[in-house]
Amino acid sequence: MYTQAMDTMAREGGGKLERVLSADEQALQQRFDARIDAGDFIEAKDWMPDNYRKTLLRQISQHAHSEIVGMLPEGNWISRAPTLKRKAILLAKVQDEGGHGLYLYAAAETLGTSRDQMIDALHSGKAKYSSIFNYPTLSWADIGTIGWLVDGAAIMNQVPICRCSFAPYARAMIRICREESFHQRQGYDSLLVMMQKGTPEQKAMVQDAVNRWWWPCLMMFGPPDDQSPNSAQGMRWGIKRVSNDTLRQKFVDATVQQAGVLGVTLPDPELKWNEEREHWDFGAIDWDEFWRVVGGEGPCNRERLEKRVKAWEDGEWVREAALAHANKQAMKEAA
Amino acid sequence: MNTTSHEWPLWEVFVRTKAGLDHKHCGSLHAADPKMAVQMARDVYTRRSEGSSVWVVRSDQIVASDPGDKDMFFDPAEDKVYRHPTFYKLPDAVDHM
Repeated sequence: MYTQAMDTMAREGGGKLERVLSADEQALQQRFDARIDAGDFIEAKDWMPDNYRKTLLRQISQHAHSEIVGMLPEGNWISRAPTLKRKAILLAKVQDEGGHGLYLYAAAETLGTSRDQMIDALHSGKAKYSSIFNYPTLSWADIGTIGWLVDGAAIMNQVPICRCSFAPYARAMIRICREESFHQRQGYDSLLVMMQKGTPEQKAMVQDAVNRWWWPCLMMFGPPDDQSPNSAQGMRWGIKRVSNDTLRQKFVDATVQQAGVLGVTLPDPELKWNEEREHWDFGAIDWDEFWRVVGGEGPCNRERLEKRVKAWEDGEWVREAALAHANKQAMKEAA
Repeated sequence: MNTTSHEWPLWEVFVRTKAGLDHKHCGSLHAADPKMAVQMARDVYTRRSEGSSVWVVRSDQIVASDPGDKDMFFDPAEDKVYRHPTFYKLPDAVDHM
């Protein structure tokens, strides 16, 4: 999910890296362009333009950070899951998110940056993660809603990246998409139980969660196409395959029916079927809120980062001890 | 917070999905030692019983062909069409041999 990197790049600056190419590099560039045009995959050791490498590194590492930070809002409910079954499911899901972060860090490392450098960029606030994880999980229904809506939006966003021109990223995405489908289904299933067999309070809790998550989920797809200046280059490189607005519309269209079956209302009075477009029309998104959250002013930005930094620092002695043990064993074997 | 020098080494992970098939490369991970690498490979790459065996090998131990020389390196096989069975046109009656 969690691939807002290309959209936030323009505002953060530093996205451009233009320099004069030598004749050799120009030839390489032409070959690279031809391969992209032919739909070829680019492997990590192949020649690639600096900007392609930089953009991918940015996007993949942000994607990885999002998976890891994304463990926090859901981890918040593991110890309070209502049944053992739901607890086991939630544990498996949060473990998956950790795994997804690892696949993606590994893919990003093939571009020539170290894991520690990426983690340092996250912890120092230099690197971002998806805006969605800066919202709090206030009730148990938030967990089901995250699965249904947040992971639903993520799948919509991620499926096209399985065809990304950069092969290590594409391979990681194929693996992730295969696992993500369970995330969405378990969320919907959990909400369905509450809506069909729950008390009025439980039903109200589900509706409340949907009300709070709906708009932030629509923001996940990034700014409208006409305000997404780096999209064209991303499309040219085969990094981005489908535009923000197209994906967002697809998500809305798919979700309206699911909401109906569930028996919840989506919190948008302007939501209505457009016969002519054959799509659902929806109301205006509060982009000021999006940029505030991206800029660090969301409800949980500070808490999320503090938790990650603390986990990293608390784990430092474990990492050091494991390495010391490994070195000692290696020395013993050599002796 | 600069711990670059303390980073655990990188390992490549190969998984055999079931008996009778090859081990196939499926990704990489960081681990302090071989035992930890195998255990983490199980947790990261076989959470849904995708594996019946895993190999790990230190990434810095892999010797690979140079992607820059790809064409030169693999060219010699390209003009040897006679290495393929389809090169030989046989009478219809015996073409299924």
